[in-house]
Amino acid sequence: MDSYKVYIGLEVHVELSTQSKFFCGCKTKFGATPNTQVCPVCLGFPGVLPVINKKALEYTIACALALNSKINENSRFARKNYYYPDLPKNFQISQYEEPIATGGWIDIEINGQTKKIGIERVHLEEDAGKLIHGEGEDAEWSFVDCNRAGIPLMEIVSCPEINSPDEAYEYLTILRRILRYLGVSDCNMEEGSLRCDANISLGKAEMGTKTEIKNMNSFKELREGLKVEIQRQANLLKKGEKIIQETRFWDAKKKKTFSMRGKEEAHDYRYFPEPDLLPLYIDDNWTERIKANLPELPQHRFDRFIHEYKLPSYDAGVLTESREIADYFERCVRLFPKPKMVSNWIMGDFMRLIKQEGEVKIKIHPAEVADLLKEVEKGTLSTTLAKEVMEIMFKSGKGVTQIMEEKQLQQITDKKSLEKAAKQVIEENQKAVGDWQKGKSQAIKFLVGQLMKKTKGRANPQLANELIEKKLKELFGASS
Amino acid sequence: MEKRTIDLEQVRYIAHLARLELSLEEEEKFARQLGRILSYVEKLKELDTTNVPPTSHVLPLKNVFREDALGFSLSSKEALSNAPCRKDNWFKVPKIVG
Ligand SMILES: [Zn+2]
Repeated sequence: MDSYKVYIGLEVHVELSTQSKFFCGCKTKFGATPNTQVCPVCLGFPGVLPVINKKALEYTIACALALNSKINENSRFARKNYYYPDLPKNFQISQYEEPIATGGWIDIEINGQTKKIGIERVHLEEDAGKLIHGEGEDAEWSFVDCNRAGIPLMEIVSCPEINSPDEAYEYLTILRRILRYLGVSDCNMEEGSLRCDANISLGKAEMGTKTEIKNMNSFKELREGLKVEIQRQANLLKKGEKIIQETRFWDAKKKKTFSMRGKEEAHDYRYFPEPDLLPLYIDDNWTERIKANLPELPQHRFDRFIHEYKLPSYDAGVLTESREIADYFERCVRLFPKPKMVSNWIMGDFMRLIKQEGEVKIKIHPAEVADLLKEVEKGTLSTTLAKEVMEIMFKSGKGVTQIMEEKQLQQITDKKSLEKAAKQVIEENQKAVGDWQKGKSQAIKFLVGQLMKKTKGRANPQLANELIEKKLKELFGASS
Repeated sequence: MEKRTIDLEQVRYIAHLARLELSLEEEEKFARQLGRILSYVEKLKELDTTNVPPTSHVLPLKNVFREDALGFSLSSKEALSNAPCRKDNWFKVPKIVG
């Protein structure tokens, strides 16, 4: 297998998050009751006329620009004819010879090296309906939901320049991050708003016969499916057998790809120009306007975080993973200009809480985070308490001051009351005191811990330490 | 006028792509008819198009769009009312393995 080079090209389909469908005013919401977001246009009734959703087109142009593609001044739609029950019209409105954009690239990071993966084309088409297959008494039947039919679907085709399953994984990760930054799709593989097919071939000097792999439904499956298919092809080649050009399905349970031969017709899509839609003319003016409105892209933001905030690249990577977090970080830093401290807080508990809530929407105002960090800096809140406050903030939406008052969370910096508590701790823990007298300095830590516990963590740790030591010395003289 | 012919194989292939079942008589009849239609269209070749740019569309228009706004949709009851076969809210079709 080592003597073969692997060539992978990915075809990524992205459902654009427009409100309405590509050619009609039906909703695009995921998970609705079957066949409730349909109309004569997306059901392919005779005599209807599709009209292009401008936003779908502008989203596609924005993506193409972000992928360094060339926007074609002239492009048009084509009919792709095939017969399948999830396709109400028996043809799909797609693009063929004149896509919206051609060329481009994505930079991926592989073993610390940057590698350019070429983009072949970016085009726009309509999604098909959803098909489920019956079981039991319905074993002879399939069921069609057309809610998805007609949702704008952007297709991004890479050049066969991906040379390993890990590179494919990285490519898809980077691509998804860009698409999410642009806000054009939620890119959810489980819900099918991001789908990925792969072309794979093995070769020595040049690419061999390729197979197409479908049905890899998660990032993990993409990597697994590719590995398995590469191994399958390598085994055949080792035995001197030929690779058959075909479409294969990935079976995640069996961890195998299997041929669709016999079940699949030879493809003859008989593309022709879509007569119901007028050609597109996208001039420089329009392209420039969209370009000017592109958000800062992840790679640029990552670099800037390192330079501007002097963050380690690890931090910059975590924070720029999503646009929401990166935005949030910057809003916090504006109010509390200590980037590394903000970064530590956001990367730690903050991320944990966000994941727990399962919500990307951050309810806490950055000003509250700044307030919290100010308290930590002043020493009025210990780190432990601050974490507690943050958790309450997440759950209740209350402000820092209010929470601190309600929970009486201010650190006890009042020496008198702490001294009293320290005395109690020493009286209650005679064994530890004995240990200390025998010279076990660890005993102090234990006693301080007890004092913290007694004050529910509200004691200023430094002061607690000081007082315990002082009390011990007062009571028993210097330790040996 | 140049004469074009379509053989039975071609007719069967096209019929299959369109999921049509034809009898032998129909296949022969359509082969003749399709051949005549193609020959008729061949007539266009007689025109000198040296200075005519290729076009995909008859109207001199471009860029007709709509805004991304919600519009009219059917209820699932209406949507399914003409379906030959249905179950609950779904269109029901002979099983497709895929
Ligand atoms: Zn519709």
